[in-house]
Amino acid sequence: MQSEAIENTATSIVSTTSTLRADIADGIKQSIPIIIGFIPVGFAFGVLATKNGVPGYLTVLMSILVLAGSSQFIAVSLFAAAMSPITIIITTFIVNLRHFLMSAAIAPHLSKMSLTRKLLFSFQLIDESFAIHMANIDRNHFGEVQAITLNCIAHFCWSFGTLLGVYGSHLITDIKPLGFDYALPSMFVLLLIWQMKSNMHAIVAFLSAITAVLLYLAGVEQLCVILAAIIGATTGVVLCSIRTK
Amino acid sequence: MQYSHEIIFLTIVGMMAVTYIPRLLPIALLSNKQFPEVVTRWLSFVPAAILSALLAPSLFIQDGSLSFSFDNKYLWSSIPVFIVAMRTKSFFGTILTGMIVIAGWRYVLSM
Repeated sequence: MQSEAIENTATSIVSTTSTLRADIADGIKQSIPIIIGFIPVGFAFGVLATKNGVPGYLTVLMSILVLAGSSQFIAVSLFAAAMSPITIIITTFIVNLRHFLMSAAIAPHLSKMSLTRKLLFSFQLIDESFAIHMANIDRNHFGEVQAITLNCIAHFCWSFGTLLGVYGSHLITDIKPLGFDYALPSMFVLLLIWQMKSNMHAIVAFLSAITAVLLYLAGVEQLCVILAAIIGATTGVVLCSIRTK
Repeated sequence: MQYSHEIIFLTIVGMMAVTYIPRLLPIALLSNKQFPEVVTRWLSFVPAAILSALLAPSLFIQDGSLSFSFDNKYLWSSIPVFIVAMRTKSFFGTILTGMIVIAGWRYVLSM
């Protein structure tokens, strides 16, 4: 992986266009599990929203503008339950607050990015792309073009899947037999393994997992990810400082 | 749906705002700052913590409650996925394993 990165730097001196093409190709390659995972889930979202009476064009617009899977499913169910728009917006805020933490974790690595690109990059910062970007940063394989390519593909697939679900819900009834729904959980397993850089990282992951499940079962489903991550990371820092003393 | 198109539209715009702002603020404001070492260390744990916190409920919780039963395909299928991920560290190998295991399991059950 290191040598790949060095090769990329070397080619950028020789020819910018071929690097650009290579970066885009790399972004496309890495987004394959997202393509496999997002189109069916986007589809399911489109079907659900339509069944609950959300107009088709607004359903697609929600996928384009919000781009946050779980919160969109929740929003549709709240619409169906006739909850007030304010409740829906506050719930969305709570469910999506975890991105704040992701944004903070990736921020130090984006110091060279222009403000315009930062505006776009953060609009498209989602769980899956965050996980892939952090893995690329760790192995010195992160590039702006590659990252934005991947983000745009994810954004497109989510919106396109929604569109298919809205206007083609009669075409496919069940996507589960093909195992598409397990592509993203499998990807998260691998990216989690890649994050195991030290024993302390493993301890943090273990603590966060238990905390997330307990919080979920205790009824704080919407905040369980961010709370568990904060508790896990903080415990890790505390344990580190105890160990060095 | 009892809401008018305008209300739904405005709700979506509100959802976009409250989703975008937390995504944007740290990247826009913190990317050129130097953090104290303790913050850097804390942030270095965040990816592992978040990935784990995202994944664990999806594996252990089925229909709203904790499940270790063999009905919970997401949990048991994750064992071969973890093994392949740890052994090979392969991106596509891991994902393909997951999809094949779960599809195969469903196929066997449907026979």
